[in-house]
Amino acid sequence: MPNYTYIQWILFLPLASFLLLGLFGRKYIKTTSGIIATLSMLVVTILSLYAAYSYFSAAGAHQSITALQYTWLPFSPGMSIDMGAILDPISVMMIVIVSFVSLMVHIFSLGYMKGEPRFGTYYAFLSLFTFSMLGLVVSGNIFQTYIFWEGVGVSSYLLIGFYFDKPTAVAAAKKAFIVTRFADLGFLIGILILSFQAGTLDFNILIQRLTTASPQLTHITTTTSFLGISLLTWGLTLVFIGGAGKSAMFPLHIWLPDAMEGPTPVSALIHAATMVVAGVYLVARLFPIFAISDPGALQVVTYTGAFSALLAAVIACTQTDIKRVLAYSTMSQIGYMMFALGVSGYGGEAGLGYMASMFHLFTHAFFKSLLFLGAGTIIHLVHSNELSDMGGLRKIMPVTHICFLIACLAIAGIPPFSGFFSKEEILLAAWHSNKGVYTIGLLVSGLTAFYMFRLYFSIFWKKDRWYAFAPVSAGGRLHPDGPPTMQAPMVILAACTVLAGFVPFSKWISSDGAPLSTHIDVLFSLAPVSLALIGIGTAAALYRKENGGSQKIAGVLGGFYRASYRKFYVDEIWLFITKKIIFNGIGRPAAWVDRNIVDGLMNGIATTTAKISMTIKGVQSGKIQNYALYFFVGIAGLAVLFIYLWK
Amino acid sequence: MNEVPLSHILFLSTALFFIGAYGLFTRRNMITMLMSIELILNSVNINFIAFNKYLYPNRLEGVFFTIFIITIAAAEAAVAIAIIINLYRSHHSIDVEDAGEMKF
Amino acid sequence: MSASAIIFYCLAAFILGTGLLAVTTWKIFRSAIWLLFSLTGIAGLYFWLQMEFIAAVQIIVYVGGIVVLIIFSLFLTQASGKEMPKPPAGRMIFSALAVITGFALTYLLIHQHAFLPARQPAIEASVANIGTQMLSTTEHGYLLPFELASMLLLAAMIGCIVIAIKIKPEEK
Repeated sequence: MPNYTYIQWILFLPLASFLLLGLFGRKYIKTTSGIIATLSMLVVTILSLYAAYSYFSAAGAHQSITALQYTWLPFSPGMSIDMGAILDPISVMMIVIVSFVSLMVHIFSLGYMKGEPRFGTYYAFLSLFTFSMLGLVVSGNIFQTYIFWEGVGVSSYLLIGFYFDKPTAVAAAKKAFIVTRFADLGFLIGILILSFQAGTLDFNILIQRLTTASPQLTHITTTTSFLGISLLTWGLTLVFIGGAGKSAMFPLHIWLPDAMEGPTPVSALIHAATMVVAGVYLVARLFPIFAISDPGALQVVTYTGAFSALLAAVIACTQTDIKRVLAYSTMSQIGYMMFALGVSGYGGEAGLGYMASMFHLFTHAFFKSLLFLGAGTIIHLVHSNELSDMGGLRKIMPVTHICFLIACLAIAGIPPFSGFFSKEEILLAAWHSNKGVYTIGLLVSGLTAFYMFRLYFSIFWKKDRWYAFAPVSAGGRLHPDGPPTMQAPMVILAACTVLAGFVPFSKWISSDGAPLSTHIDVLFSLAPVSLALIGIGTAAALYRKENGGSQKIAGVLGGFYRASYRKFYVDEIWLFITKKIIFNGIGRPAAWVDRNIVDGLMNGIATTTAKISMTIKGVQSGKIQNYALYFFVGIAGLAVLFIYLWK
Repeated sequence: MNEVPLSHILFLSTALFFIGAYGLFTRRNMITMLMSIELILNSVNINFIAFNKYLYPNRLEGVFFTIFIITIAAAEAAVAIAIIINLYRSHHSIDVEDAGEMKF
Repeated sequence: MSASAIIFYCLAAFILGTGLLAVTTWKIFRSAIWLLFSLTGIAGLYFWLQMEFIAAVQIIVYVGGIVVLIIFSLFLTQASGKEMPKPPAGRMIFSALAVITGFALTYLLIHQHAFLPARQPAIEASVANIGTQMLSTTEHGYLLPFELASMLLLAAMIGCIVIAIKIKPEEK
């Protein structure tokens, strides 16, 4: 077995880059900080690709290999928090994705964030994020996952709130952090339940104990607790809640659209390709337990994913901010990944959903980050996020136009782009297990095509007039597509989007590690592709030219349109719950107890001490006769004591 | 003097002592406080003489104690009057309540 | 009840009565006079106890010296004719209680104690005996306290003068 200890460099280089840039980036290394961070990320990407090559070229079923392990905090002989790295198919896939997309974003940001006064800080945060995400995906210990989970949340907070003088950005950062933190409470309780019952925190041992027949397994499945649900279901559901928060599943999705307040490359990295799939990754990590021991919890995953996909697709059809459309489309695609995991079984052909979900994660990373980078270029040119300010851009930014079109075709599931392949597998898995979910998936794919091409046509076609967009710069007009540092990542990602579909994914990644053979069923693919083409056609008809067609349909749909535009009022419901119920019911009484009872006790002790002190102070009144009286009473007391009471 | 038991004389001296103590606690005038102190000292003298007479008639210690107490009481009264006069000069009153500066 | 007993009880009543008046009257000068009477009564008690020397010392020093000094100081501080203000009622009650309690406690102790009568023969407390013993250096001699007392008196005198001296304004 080859030696994988070089994995530690994959983790330490981003950390070192964060520390270096964090400490010195503000004053000393300002402009070269981008180069430093990008170079370190390049090294990390090369190492990850090399690790993937050496891991997947080993023969046979791919086992889980422990590359590094340090026992950090032992609780008891069996249970300890270890820090380390394990390599198994999905973790290798993830380190490749994370490092590659991060590299693309680093290069893109060299051009996009040029001239930003806090350039060094930005790259420091990006490095921190990459470190946390890599630590999350390679961790072999559930607690290490939790630690890096929080690390990713913090980096996301720092990056969303990067423009901290914008109050909306600050509010969005807080919202993201609080919502995901709230979900992480469920995650933590789930960790505690599962690890306590199984007696271990290590992933491999946990899975083994809870899937094969063992006393822990019987205990955890037969012990019913709160509401008559077994402990295992509670544990898995709570862990899934944590994952749902991070992956923006309904109803914890409210932070994702607002997170678009951050710089666009950040959205590309964090909120499209890497962090938001952490929830999917977590379910995939614990998938054997879900599939073998508790199909009920898997149902929760399925329906949550399916519903979120549908909801997000409906909302995305009416949004007018380019980044928000992309945010909802991310939520929808993650919904796909979730329900693909949900409908999957374990082992062999039954594990098709698992493989499809991971494949979609892989391809989605490429085309979604490409979409966001393209949006970044467009925003960089137009200086606005709104669709109404854009139009006719295909004539002045050809590179962006082609890349964006490729990405939109991929996400719509048109062959031969990568999205087609991964979506087919998902729909095939759904068809084999749950026809209802298949129908939803089909509908959503049609809607996806519609709203993505609505976006495409509104940006690049809509108007025929030639707008003179001159980005203000010192040296005169820049190329509207952006400098080469902005174009290169887009072109590379577009190439990946085209080619990723042909990667023999199932040979490497499947639910039990053994290679799976897949094929494309042409008849089956007919339905989704034709639905996508209908969606594209509708969007073209409505949005290619500026006619009143879209307004008429909006008028027809009336209330439903308005509800979708207002994101189905989920934010308002959450605000109601937090303000009226949690604040008034829990927050205010708790604050009252804190102020009056806890502080009151402390202040009371202080006040009482002061009062006693004042009273005692009064003894020294300066009045001689009082002193004489005290003296006398003291003597009398001592006399009584010594004569009568002293035995 | 054999008919009067010792305890009666001691009763007298004790009562005189506590009368003097009462005067010390309640009088507002510094000189009257001094007078009460003299009463206390006198009661102690009576005590010494009585004990000397009744319990140790072959010795004279009680007498000597009394002599010395009287001497010292005289010295102390003189010094006390001097202090009171000095205090009177600054406060223009011999009310003990007015001399309460040494407080917290 | 022999005559000496009656004399004793009269003397005791006189001493206590005038003592009580000395501490309770509101007029300052009267208080000094009651004190004078009380001290004279005590001297009479010493006479009754056949300690003539002490009685004489009492009258000379206490009555003739200290009370006179007190009366002088009353005049000096221009408080002789005035009435004194009353102390706060709380203090009066409290100190009365304290004093009565102390008295009860002390007298209880005295009453319970059995004083053994003396068995040795008495020495007469004459001036000669007192003087001889006071100035002797042998055991039971009081020469050292005597010298110390004289030094104390000297110090007290000087101290009084220093404390009570009036500094003339132009010397300030």
